[in-house]
Amino acid sequence: MGDCHGCPNNIATLPPPPGLAVAGSNGAISRRHIVAIVGPPNSGKSTLFNRLTGLRQKVANFPGVTVEHRMGRVKLEQGREVFVVDLPGVYSLTPRTEDERVTHDVLSGQMKDIPRPDAVLLILDSTNLSRHLVLAAPVLSLGLPTLVILNMADDLKNRGGDVNVPELAMQLGSPVALVSAAKGTGVEKIFQFLTGATLGAAPKAPLIQLPVIQDIPKCRAWATSIGNKTGYHAPAPPLWTRRLDAFFLHPVGGPLVFLFVVAAVFQTIFNGARPLMDAVQALIEVSGRWIGYLIPNAALKSLVVDGIWKGVGSVVIFLPQILLLFLFIGILEDSGYLARAALIADRTMARFGLQGKSFIPLLSAYACAVPAIMATRTIENKRDRIATILIAPFMTCSARLPVYILIIGAFIPDRHFLGPFMSMRVAVMLGLYVLGFVAAILTARLLKSTVLKSGRSSFMLEMPPYRWPTARSLALRLVDRSKVFLMRAGTVILATAIIIWVLSSLPIHDGKPPAIEHSIAAGIGHFVEPVIKPLGFNWKIGIGLITSMAARETIVSTLGTIYGIQDTGSQHGLQQALRQDLTLGGAVALLVFFAFAMQCMSTIAVVRRETGGWFWPAVQFAYMTGLAYVCAFLANRIVSIWA
Amino acid sequence: MQVIFKKGSSKKAKNLTELKPGEAGVLGKLDLPDDDAQRLMEMGFVPGHSITRGLSAPGGDPRVFRVDGSEVALRRETALRLILR
Repeated sequence: MGDCHGCPNNIATLPPPPGLAVAGSNGAISRRHIVAIVGPPNSGKSTLFNRLTGLRQKVANFPGVTVEHRMGRVKLEQGREVFVVDLPGVYSLTPRTEDERVTHDVLSGQMKDIPRPDAVLLILDSTNLSRHLVLAAPVLSLGLPTLVILNMADDLKNRGGDVNVPELAMQLGSPVALVSAAKGTGVEKIFQFLTGATLGAAPKAPLIQLPVIQDIPKCRAWATSIGNKTGYHAPAPPLWTRRLDAFFLHPVGGPLVFLFVVAAVFQTIFNGARPLMDAVQALIEVSGRWIGYLIPNAALKSLVVDGIWKGVGSVVIFLPQILLLFLFIGILEDSGYLARAALIADRTMARFGLQGKSFIPLLSAYACAVPAIMATRTIENKRDRIATILIAPFMTCSARLPVYILIIGAFIPDRHFLGPFMSMRVAVMLGLYVLGFVAAILTARLLKSTVLKSGRSSFMLEMPPYRWPTARSLALRLVDRSKVFLMRAGTVILATAIIIWVLSSLPIHDGKPPAIEHSIAAGIGHFVEPVIKPLGFNWKIGIGLITSMAARETIVSTLGTIYGIQDTGSQHGLQQALRQDLTLGGAVALLVFFAFAMQCMSTIAVVRRETGGWFWPAVQFAYMTGLAYVCAFLANRIVSIWA
Repeated sequence: MQVIFKKGSSKKAKNLTELKPGEAGVLGKLDLPDDDAQRLMEMGFVPGHSITRGLSAPGGDPRVFRVDGSEVALRRETALRLILR
């Protein structure tokens, strides 16, 4: 106890791996207490976790498995703190799926690098208590101090349900707290329990008569009897959910709403973010000029302003767009609509050999393939899951947008047709989205009828009640995404920007940097030129393509640096330079290449992790890049003949 | 294995797909591989429990069933193997 009086725990830093801190020091000064959050899907686990930890959390992977978990710090009274692990949502602890195995292993202390938790927070949906209590049997039988949290207390009350909390605590032999994680009511009981856990004062779960935990019908009967003994009244069915479903799942209205939602997501990407992006761009330009004034040395000024500031800035501009997209997906997910969307999409997805659950990751892939690939974990069928992982990077992710906007702005006239809403530019942009989508479904079809062939798999999806998304949980998502994005801008993109600047400023002759044509960068570009010439690309694009293998959007900053050395770099200047340097055929080929190629280190890394080896990422990289090359070649040829 | 008693009326081995919207029935058994059956039982499809047919996706498949306080969507081929009492 009293282990952290001197810790600077006012700062929201990430917790160190607890396994190291705890090693061989039971009760000693460095002892860190770990509490696991366990609960069925849709019980409000993440909401509770966010409520307890706020920003003091991070996502991590368990060693050796693909299941992700979140770990966070909870600050308690008198400078005490406790680490909370958010385990995956499970209905039972029978280790059948990977999620269940992880939950089982962590709780029983068999997970490497994570010591056995000191206590458990078992979170159950109080509006569906009889069924959720089934999970209480295996969790209580572990013998760890457990607080049973009955979540959604407000819902239970509003819909006329009731439960005798002290009686339930008696029956379960564990403390019980009735809370609303979303509203924050009743959470002080959780803090009390956690404080107790750090003092070692939390009562060990006493042995109560539990059913055979492998026998689900018996467990379910046990849960009913507990419910009866504690005066549990299930609340009335959620009327609003019924009403909304009658609308969202209407045979005609449902698909229309579905299309409207998808269209609204894209509208947001195209237009909604524009004012914000303009603001960020202006900020970067003005601040770049300011920094320029501060630096006397010309070469250093060029490195900082042209190389770093503009290079990284050209990518940071897209932050508002990406955040809006994640906000949208967050609202859809937290409100419960995404499950309905998966239901509506199931039949269409089945036609391509996939299933409704693939729809959710594929929609998030429009923001970024990395979280999308992690979201495929909800797909139980392994082959369906691999197929979804393999096609997800075809979806037009936000990293492609900077490239599309640059090239389209440079080569496609801003002419309107079909009224004021459809300009040539929007049409081309939409066309690229469709292109990626078509490539994805044809690939899925191909995979599912050959190497990943499986019978029509089962589709079981729980439809959660509709809920208002909370600002808190949405804000946390956005903070999380911003961190990831800025981290990337600050590392990969910053590094490439500097390398490109250096390579294009060397070798120095007579104390002056060379003309870009004579730089080392140009040498590298000329070296790859023969390979990409058939696509209509010159050596400058070649350098951009090489750097874009790290992350797609890097090509924008690279081209900015390479052309920016000749003229004064804003995006307008870059577009003008590209127009003089690239044919229309080459420009279209470049768009097509970016639509198909797998140019993203993070995606390759996450596919390797999720598929457990290099085989699938290698296949995927070869397939996508090969397809990109062939299609870009054809696009260049066709446009060149036609134009 | 599917056992259908032909001698009574065909209603004897009614399955979930035969429920009309809003109609309820009591689950008799899950005629599915162990893994799928376990998962369904965890989601509430325990023999002896009442199941009500809810709405469905626009094409009529998958369908939503209300069971034990929650709503779960199942494809037709799964619902076919859930036999009512």
